[in-house]
Amino acid sequence: MIKIEHLVKNYGSHCAVDDISFEVETGEIVGFLGPNGAGKSTTMNILTGYLSSTAGKASIAGIDILSNPIGAKKLIGYLPEQPPLYLDMTVEEYLNFNYELKGCKLDRAAHLEQVCETVKIKDVYRKVIRTLSKGYRQRVGIAQALIGNPKVIIFDEPTVGLDPKQIIEIRNLIRGLGKDHTVILSTHILQEVQAVCDRIIIINKGKIVANEKTENISNVVANNRRFNIKISGPQKDILALLKNMQGISYVEALAERDGDAYTYMVESEFGVDIRKKLFFTLAERGWAIIGMESLGMSLEDIFISVVDKSEESKVRTNVRNRITRRQRGKDKNALEQELGATLYEDAQRQRAESMNTVVEDDDL
Amino acid sequence: MFAIYRKEMRSYFINPIGYIYMGIFLVFSALLCCYTTIVAGSYDTSSYFTFLILTFIILIPILTMRLFAEERKLRTEQLLLTAPVTITGMVLGKYLAALTIFVSGVLISCINFIPLYSIAAAERAGTSSSLNHIGPVTGEIVGSLIAVILMGAALIAVGTLISALTENQLSAAVVTIAVIAAMVLLSYVNALKDSDGQPIISNYAVRFVIDWVCVMSRFAAFRNGIFDYSAVLYYVSLAFVFLFLTVRVYEKRRWG
Repeated sequence: MIKIEHLVKNYGSHCAVDDISFEVETGEIVGFLGPNGAGKSTTMNILTGYLSSTAGKASIAGIDILSNPIGAKKLIGYLPEQPPLYLDMTVEEYLNFNYELKGCKLDRAAHLEQVCETVKIKDVYRKVIRTLSKGYRQRVGIAQALIGNPKVIIFDEPTVGLDPKQIIEIRNLIRGLGKDHTVILSTHILQEVQAVCDRIIIINKGKIVANEKTENISNVVANNRRFNIKISGPQKDILALLKNMQGISYVEALAERDGDAYTYMVESEFGVDIRKKLFFTLAERGWAIIGMESLGMSLEDIFISVVDKSEESKVRTNVRNRITRRQRGKDKNALEQELGATLYEDAQRQRAESMNTVVEDDDL
Repeated sequence: MFAIYRKEMRSYFINPIGYIYMGIFLVFSALLCCYTTIVAGSYDTSSYFTFLILTFIILIPILTMRLFAEERKLRTEQLLLTAPVTITGMVLGKYLAALTIFVSGVLISCINFIPLYSIAAAERAGTSSSLNHIGPVTGEIVGSLIAVILMGAALIAVGTLISALTENQLSAAVVTIAVIAAMVLLSYVNALKDSDGQPIISNYAVRFVIDWVCVMSRFAAFRNGIFDYSAVLYYVSLAFVFLFLTVRVYEKRRWG
């Protein structure tokens, strides 16, 4: 349905998208994952005809976006990063304007009704957009993309700035759209693509680093190997014990103290669940585990794992070939900073989601 | 294109801007008409139209400043540029909306001539002689109206281009005022004379260029009651060139 071949986009001397190629099948939901500034939005803007590519080809259902922009744009519904809303219009006026703008041929009243039903904005239909909350504005933006029933729907970071409940709703909505539309969405949140997409394209610094089915990536992610463990006991001895333990590839004491307990970051070797063993070993010595928190997989880890996998490489990261945290900190590696942000975000999101599940249970 | 046209027309009237423009324009034109004809005791409308054109320096930027600048600032232009509409269609839709407001303003302001005609009718009834024409010359008024509308069309195209170049409405307005002021007022530079009665700018080439750039100098023929086809062509091509440049600005931005 969507075909991108050797796409390049330069902004002056800066290369935002560097020779990427991929295809999206009809009815697929594809997630575009990557850190900020990786080239996600640029690619989407080219695909929707907002920008022109420096080189390469993008086509929708066989129609080239450059040689027949009108024909290609008719097939696309697009929600840019910032929803393009006219704040002084009511939702009704705005959707009618879009209906006319897109030259829609469907029955107007029925179609608008159905779109509003899908994104649940009927209760604000006659309100001025300026007065709507962020969540509603986002939904009006999605409604705009749905008008004309386009074959391809493109969402650029559809859940940014929404509260956890709205995020879940929007994700479900997108999931539902995948039944009769081809959907591309971009995000820098791993859980989002895992929850919604059939396939994940990871993009970094303008290049595609992975293009995999979600299951494959989920398998990698499920193999969570990193924990923050709070253990009460002498720091030196514990550290020594952990370092020499079978199955642990990396350990580090964090500067976090709770009474006589210290926090350690432990990374197990690939495919090993270290938790039970840790518990018994420490219990034997009388050092109590008073907290264990599994850390989300970072984008960096996924990059490494997925790239490793796609290259059929047998070399896994371990103590010897892994650059120490401290060294990487000194290098001010951009990905390291990304890691911090992603970990934090993932943790927050997980927390929010678990809270949200509780709320929903209450509703029932 | 028509969707964009309708949207722009509506936005002139759900925002205060359309009312502000219409209000100021109608008040100005009524006052000018009153002072240049009735108060001055003349049926000659040429100075009325000249002063009316001077008000465009302030009024046309009000119409054009937000056309593209606002869309760019709110990022709504992304919606228009990814919709199945050509850039030409988008520019024309917006331009025609501004032009419609302008033209309807000018046409509504024609009520200013009603008192002129009624005074003339009263005066004609008072005199027995039918040798002299008493009252305003309808042909001249119609010709001048057409010229004013065409000149407005050209100046709106200028404002449209400037609005497409910036995302700040205020700077669009200020620059438009400056450019339109230059285009309208430059002919007065040519008319400046020193103490000996010689023109200050004596170089023919400079005078020619100024004359060519200035939209006001083309209006001279209409003031004298002549319908100048070359001026019509001049205004139309000016509008065309500036609209074309606006389209190019958007094309260029896609490739940038």
